[in-house]
Amino acid sequence: MEKETRVLDEVTIRFAGDSGDGMQLTGGQFTNTSAAMGNDLSTLPDYPAEIRAPKDTTYGVSGFQIHFGTTEINTPGDHCDVLVAMNAASLKVNLRSLIDGGIIIVNTDGFGDKNLKLAGYNQSPLSDGSLSKFQVFQVDITKLTNLALADMNLSQKVVDKTKNFFALGMMYWMFNRTLDNTIQWIQEKFEKKPELIEANTRVMKAGWNYAETTDIFAVKYDVKPAPLTPGKYRNINGNQATALGFVAAAEKANLPLFLGSYPITPATGILEELAYFKNYGVKTFQCEDEIAGITSAIGAAFGGNLAITTTSGPGVALKTEAIGLAVMTELPLVIVNVQRGGPSTGLPTKTEQADLLQAVYGRNGEAPVPVIAASSPSDCFNSAFEASRIALKYMTPVMLLTDGYIANGSEPWLIPEVKDLKEIPVKFRKDPVDYQPYQRDEITLSREWAIPGTPGLEHRIGGLEKHVKTGNINYEPENHHTMISLRAAKVERIANDIPPATVEGDESGELLLVGWGGTYGTIKTAVERKRKEGKSVSQLHLHYINPLPKNLGEVLARYKTILVPEINLGQLIKLLREKFLIPAVGLNKVQGLPFRSIEIEQKIDEILGGKQ
Amino acid sequence: MNSLIDSVVSTATVAETKYTAKDFASDQDVRWCPGCGDYSILAQVQRVMPELNVPREKVVVVSGIGCSSRFPYYMNTYGFHSIHGRAPAIASGLKIARPDLSVWVATGDGDGLSIGGNHMIHVLRRNVDINILMFNNQIYGLTKGQYSPTSEMGKVTKTSPVGSVDMPFNPASLALGSGGTFVARSLDRDPKHMQTIVKRAAEHKGTSFVEIYQNCNVFNDGAFFAFTEKETKPDTVVFLEHGKPLVFGKDNDKGIKLDGFSPVVVSLKDGSHSVNDLLVHNEKDSTLAFILANMTYNPELPRPVGIFLAIDRPRYEVEMEKQIDSAISKRGKGSLEKLLNSGDTWVIQ
Ligand SMILES: Cc1ncc(C[n+]2csc(CCOP(=O)(O)OP(=O)(O)O)c2C)c(N)n1
Ligand code: SF4
Ligand SMILES: [Mg+2]
Repeated sequence: MEKETRVLDEVTIRFAGDSGDGMQLTGGQFTNTSAAMGNDLSTLPDYPAEIRAPKDTTYGVSGFQIHFGTTEINTPGDHCDVLVAMNAASLKVNLRSLIDGGIIIVNTDGFGDKNLKLAGYNQSPLSDGSLSKFQVFQVDITKLTNLALADMNLSQKVVDKTKNFFALGMMYWMFNRTLDNTIQWIQEKFEKKPELIEANTRVMKAGWNYAETTDIFAVKYDVKPAPLTPGKYRNINGNQATALGFVAAAEKANLPLFLGSYPITPATGILEELAYFKNYGVKTFQCEDEIAGITSAIGAAFGGNLAITTTSGPGVALKTEAIGLAVMTELPLVIVNVQRGGPSTGLPTKTEQADLLQAVYGRNGEAPVPVIAASSPSDCFNSAFEASRIALKYMTPVMLLTDGYIANGSEPWLIPEVKDLKEIPVKFRKDPVDYQPYQRDEITLSREWAIPGTPGLEHRIGGLEKHVKTGNINYEPENHHTMISLRAAKVERIANDIPPATVEGDESGELLLVGWGGTYGTIKTAVERKRKEGKSVSQLHLHYINPLPKNLGEVLARYKTILVPEINLGQLIKLLREKFLIPAVGLNKVQGLPFRSIEIEQKIDEILGGKQ
Repeated sequence: MNSLIDSVVSTATVAETKYTAKDFASDQDVRWCPGCGDYSILAQVQRVMPELNVPREKVVVVSGIGCSSRFPYYMNTYGFHSIHGRAPAIASGLKIARPDLSVWVATGDGDGLSIGGNHMIHVLRRNVDINILMFNNQIYGLTKGQYSPTSEMGKVTKTSPVGSVDMPFNPASLALGSGGTFVARSLDRDPKHMQTIVKRAAEHKGTSFVEIYQNCNVFNDGAFFAFTEKETKPDTVVFLEHGKPLVFGKDNDKGIKLDGFSPVVVSLKDGSHSVNDLLVHNEKDSTLAFILANMTYNPELPRPVGIFLAIDRPRYEVEMEKQIDSAISKRGKGSLEKLLNSGDTWVIQ
C-alpha cells in the first residue's frame, strides 16, 4: 500500500517513558538526525526529580520534547503534536501537554494491570474511551523487539534496553528521517560490542519496517529543511555553551581558567563539562561548599586567573558575603546563577527567574555588581564570554544569570570562528614605580591588576574600606563616601561599553514586550504570531540588566504600553519602574514552568483588545 | 599553558637578595593591644622569612577576620585580609591557581575553627601546600571577648555569664583527624621554638597546621601561662622532638611512657624507670600523633608542644597539575577551534 505523505511546517514530539527506558537518548538521536537534515529545532528534557524512582510510577517518568521545523524555531514548543508513551505512567503525566487531535503511540506492554495500578489508573485509558479525541496507535513494542532479536541469544535485560530504538525507528519512518546518523552513532558508541551494534540497529530497522508495512500507520509526514544561515552547526545546551564561553574567554584573554564550584542542580553541568577540559589547562576545584567555591575563585583571581564560580540560587545566597569581598577588593570574577525554583530548596529541577533582584541587590552594603542574562541555550556562550570581558576590563565581579530551562534545553548553534571572537585585552601591572593598588583608569575607573609574583608590587587588599589612593585601611567618613560612589560609578560606566537595546518589530507603537533571560524564544514566538495578525506589538529583550542600556528609557517612551513577562512575581518590572517611572504591566507566572507562547499571546490580546 | 601569567610565574628566581626580618615589615602601624601575643608571632615569622630563600614577591599571606587576621597588613609581602573564616579556601584557590607561590594563612581559633571550620578540615584532607598559623587565644578577641570553640568548658564571658557548656576542640586532634600531614603546636612566649616550628612548617610540602598558644592580655589574660611561664612550664609542657624520648620536668626528672595506648607520667628519679623506658617521639608515626595530641586537656599529663606529625602525602595542586599534563599528553593540548567544533556537527550549505 502506498502511504500518503503530508508536509508540515513544524512539529513537536514528546518521547516519554520510565527513567530506565532511554527516552533522553531516543530524543537526542531524533534531534541530531533532524538537525543534520537541516531543520531548525529546540529541545527540552524533563527528568524526574528522583534519581531512581520506583519503576513505572508517575514520578519516575522521563520525557524529552523536540520542536523542529521548516520555519524558525524559538522554543521547545508549548504543546506536543505527538506523544510517544512507553508505559501507562508516562501517558498519564504527559497527556495534558498533547494537543487535541494529536498522535499517541503507546507501547501496549507498558499498560498491563501492574503498570496501570502503579500509574494510578483504575481502568486502561487504551480501552475506556478517554483518549477518543486523539489518534492512538497501539503497538506491542516489547513483543516486536523480542521477535526481532529472537535468534540472537541476548539476555532479556539487553533486549529490554533496545526497545527504545524500536520506537525511534517508527518515528523516523513517520517523519521521513534517515536512519544513517543513528546507525553511525550506534557503531561508534558500541565499537567494542558488535552484538549491541547488531541488536540496536536491527531493532531500529524493525521499528521502521513495522511502521512501513502495518496498516495502522497510513500517513507519514515531511518537515523540510529550514532556511538556516549557512555554516557549521552543533547542538548545544545552555550549560555546555556556558562552559565553552568561559574557555573561549580565557583563551582570548590569554589567561588560565579556574572554576571553584559545589554541585547543585541545575548548574552542575557546567562544572562537569569544564572538569573534562583538562587538556585546555582548565582547573576545576570541587569545593566543600559554595562559599569555598567563590572564595577559592577569588584567590585564583588574586593570582591572575580568569576565575569563575557556578551555582544556583541557594548557592548564590551562600556566596553573598564573598561577592561583597570581590566588589570591595575589585577583583575580576564571574558568578553564574543557573536559576531554579525557589525559595529555599524550592523546585530544584524546575525553572524560574526569581533571582534577579538577588543578583542586582542581594548584598550587604552598597555593593553594585554588573548583571548579564542569557536568553537562550546558545546565547549562554556569548553571555559567558561577555561576562568575562566585563569582569576583566572593569575589575569587578559579574553575575551571569541563566536558568534551568535554557541550561538543559538545547538548540542548533552556528559555531563561531575562533578568529571572529574578540580579543579580551588584559594587562598586569609590572612597574613598581609609584604603584598604588587603588589607582584607577580614568575611563573605566578600574584599578590595576597586580598579581603576586611581581617584584616590587607587594601590597595588601581586603574587605575593609580603603583609602581612595593608597588602598590602606581607612575609616574616614568622606573617604568612605567617595569609595562607595566610585565603585557605583565604575559599574555605571559599563553602560558606555555595551550595545544599545534594540527592538524587534516597530520603532514605536501600541505595545512593547520587555523580557530578559530564558523567555526570549517564547516572547518572540508570541510577538511574531501577533504581528502576523497585524497587531502593533514589538519585542525588546534585555541582556544587560545592570547597568541597563543607555538608550532604554528613550526606547520605552515610544510605546503606549510596556508589558513585562517574567517567571516571577515581577522583578525586572520593579527595576524599570524605579528607573524610568513608567507604569509597566506585568505578566507573571511562577509554576516552575516556562511560559507557553499562547499565554503571552492571550495577554497581548487582552491589552490590545481581541480584534484590532 | 601559555598565558599572560607565565612571565610572572617564571620570574621564580631563588632569592638573591639577602633579606633581613625588616624587609618583611610593612609600613603600616601595628595596631594590636600592647602586650598582645600576636606581636611575638609577627616577629618570629618576620625573622624566619629571610631563611626560607623565597623571593618576597612570591609570598602571600591570606587571613580571615579577627585580631589575628590583621596579620597580613603588617607583612611586606602580598596579602589578602578576607572575610571571616574563608582564608583556607581563598588560599587553596590561590595555591591551586599559582603553585609557584608560597602561601600562608593567618587565622584565629574563631576564624579557623568556628566559622571557617569546614574549610579548615577540607584543606587539611586535600593537603594543599599552604602554611596555616592558627593563633589560639581561646577567645574571640576582635569582638571583645566571647568564648570560642577552644575555650575551656565553664568559661565565663559576656555571652556565657554562668560559664560555657560546650566542649572545646583540641585543634591538633582536629587537624590530625582531618588528615593533616603536618600538625604542630608552639607558644607565643617561646620565640626560639616558634621559629623552628614555623620554619619546619614552611619547608613541609603539604598543608602545615601550626597552633600557636597566644595570650590575649585584654580578654583572656594568662590563659596559657601555666605552659608559657618559667616557673611552671618545665612541669606542664613536654616538648616533642623527633627521635627523642619524652622527658620533662624541672630537672628532666620525669618522662612519658606508654601503658598500652595510654601515655602515663613516670619518674626518672625514684629508680622505677629510666630514659630507656620512655616513649620515643616519631613524627612520621600517625598513630602515635593521635595518642600525643590526645594528651591535650588531660590534667594528669603535661601539654605536648612541638611537631606531632610530619609526613608526606600527595598534594592536591600537584596531583591536579599531573592530571592536566597527562590529559595534554594523551589528548594533545586543547585548541579552542577543536573544542567548539566537537560533538555532532553538521553543515548547512
Ligand atoms: C560573617 C561574620 N560574622 C561575625 C563576624 C564578627 N567577628 C569578627 S572576628 C570574630 C571572632 C574572631 O575570633 P578569632 O578568630 O579567635 O580571632 P581573634 O580576634 O581572637 O584573634 C567575630 C565573631 C564577622 N566579622 N563576620
Ligand atoms: S584583643 Fe586580645 S587578641 Fe586582640 S589585639 Fe588585643 S590582646 Fe591581642
Ligand atoms: Mg581568638
